[in-house]
Amino acid sequence: MNFLPFEKPIIEIENKIVELEKESQEKGIDLSSSIEELRRELNSEIDRIFSNLSAWEIVQIARHPERPKTSDYIKHLIPDYVYFCGDRLLREDSAIFGALGTLDNQTVMIIGHNKGKNVKENLKFNFGMANPEGYRKALRLMRLAEKFNCPIITLVDTPGAFPGIEAEEHGQAEAIARNLQDMFTISVPIICIVTGEGGSGGALGIGVSDKLLMLQYSIYSVISPEGCASILWKDSSKAQLAADLLNLTAKDLINFKIIDKIIEEPPGGAHRNPKETLNKVKYELINTLSSIRKEYSSQNDLIFKRYEKFRKIASYDYLNSIKRENKM
Amino acid sequence: MISFNRNNEPKIIRPWSPVPTDSPEWLKCSNCKSLIYAKQLKENLDVCPKCNYYFKMTALERIELLLDPDSFFEMFSDMESFDILGFDDSKKSYSQKLQEAEQKTGLKEAIITGEGLIDGHKVCIGVMEFDFIGGSMGIVVGEKVFRLAEYANEHNLPLIIVSASGGARMQEGMFSLMQMARTSAAIGKFKNNNGLYISVLTNPTTGGVSASFSFLGDIIIAEPKALIGFAGARVIEQTTKQKLPPRFQTAEFLLDHGLIDKIVERKFLKKMLSKILTFYERSRVKI
Repeated sequence: MNFLPFEKPIIEIENKIVELEKESQEKGIDLSSSIEELRRELNSEIDRIFSNLSAWEIVQIARHPERPKTSDYIKHLIPDYVYFCGDRLLREDSAIFGALGTLDNQTVMIIGHNKGKNVKENLKFNFGMANPEGYRKALRLMRLAEKFNCPIITLVDTPGAFPGIEAEEHGQAEAIARNLQDMFTISVPIICIVTGEGGSGGALGIGVSDKLLMLQYSIYSVISPEGCASILWKDSSKAQLAADLLNLTAKDLINFKIIDKIIEEPPGGAHRNPKETLNKVKYELINTLSSIRKEYSSQNDLIFKRYEKFRKIASYDYLNSIKRENKM
Repeated sequence: MISFNRNNEPKIIRPWSPVPTDSPEWLKCSNCKSLIYAKQLKENLDVCPKCNYYFKMTALERIELLLDPDSFFEMFSDMESFDILGFDDSKKSYSQKLQEAEQKTGLKEAIITGEGLIDGHKVCIGVMEFDFIGGSMGIVVGEKVFRLAEYANEHNLPLIIVSASGGARMQEGMFSLMQMARTSAAIGKFKNNNGLYISVLTNPTTGGVSASFSFLGDIIIAEPKALIGFAGARVIEQTTKQKLPPRFQTAEFLLDHGLIDKIVERKFLKKMLSKILTFYERSRVKI
């Protein structure tokens, strides 16, 4: 298993537990009380470390290769999934996945950036960095969801839109802009969950939604901490400092009223317990889907309310309310 | 902004200002290096008379260029930014940056919005100011575009936005990113109600601004050789390890790739807008 630098004390205890278990089995001695004690120590160590994470540590968790990926969510949330491909214009872009399936007895469309779990997958999925074709496919599938009159769930996990020559030639900016514009006209509910890395415009390109949720240790940022550091200090190694400045954690963004809800992760983060994470997300999604249905009366009302939501968030009125608070 | 010299070493230059000389009357073209008489440069609309290089125009000069004299009425002019994140990079705080930008440009933000006349055609217009923190879009720029589009929608007026921006303003973090969605929402609503939106792209239009309202024009016009794109050239080169094609991310390159409608010289820009507005106004008269 990959572990992050600040997880070292946790891993050490875990290794000790494994050793003791092995010893107890091999030598037939009862070490259960020592093991029990170590487990308690492990839990309190996890609590200690995870209750006090820096923004940069959260960035590292958000990018952890063993966090559940969009493909895992699709398999878990809609086991009868049917994948759809292509933008009908140029080619298939597998940095973004899209599938219909059944969640809690209803049809849903899941669209998400898909990072790979290893080098081979990452090359295939381009590290979850979509080209314009990916964004165009996403929009096509949203229109398809309208036809099925089913909710759309978008899963955000990308370092950003792909910075490539062809991406520019094919209109990366146009593709993202069009999604931002047209997602406001989609007549079915859209729920967006940031599951890992919400990288800038490439994330937002499928992120316009009626409800925006974030996993506890996911991030959402206008620019990567590395990119920010290289602009500010011409030094991308100062990303840790930049991560603090950018206010990119779920906690920051719920305080700013930019997101609607934080989905708690299992102790020690999603990568330590992917299964429980998948279950939690499923539970939250089912709840959100049933509550959202009560919040609008017609398709027009849904579209109207989405627009009004975005009138309010990150608005000048909000800026002024914070300004007033600061003055008091 | 990031550009490349012959050795392909990235270097930071600001190619869109002429270089001052010892004499205030004379400037040096940063492209062809020839001396230009300052007055002549202004008469030539900040285009080098020798090599035809396009220097940046301030937002106010642009308004003067495009609108009929004294017809501009500024709207939402009192909106001011504020350091909502407490963004202090230990060299210069965001508050200081805002103050300096205001002093440098005489503007409160990176866009001027209002209504005015183009050859007698009434329009809503927004013009971005690159010298205000790289024309970056934070809450105020986003809000002004949002309100301008709503105003155009309510009053059934054509909307023109002249972009000049490096993208979203990182000092406002996610508040800036959200402006991409907000501006696109308002412009989409306006366009769905049959409003005409003409987007004019000038040097440079990149990042979160290009990937939102700038590329949503019903008609997209660019100035010659303007740098237009989503990702920075250096980032693309570093990520892909590929050599960038000639003229990459220029207006001419975008025209070839079908991403914009037209490249229009600065001196003909008003005439072109006026022509399109004439066509459009005919459509509103019942035949």
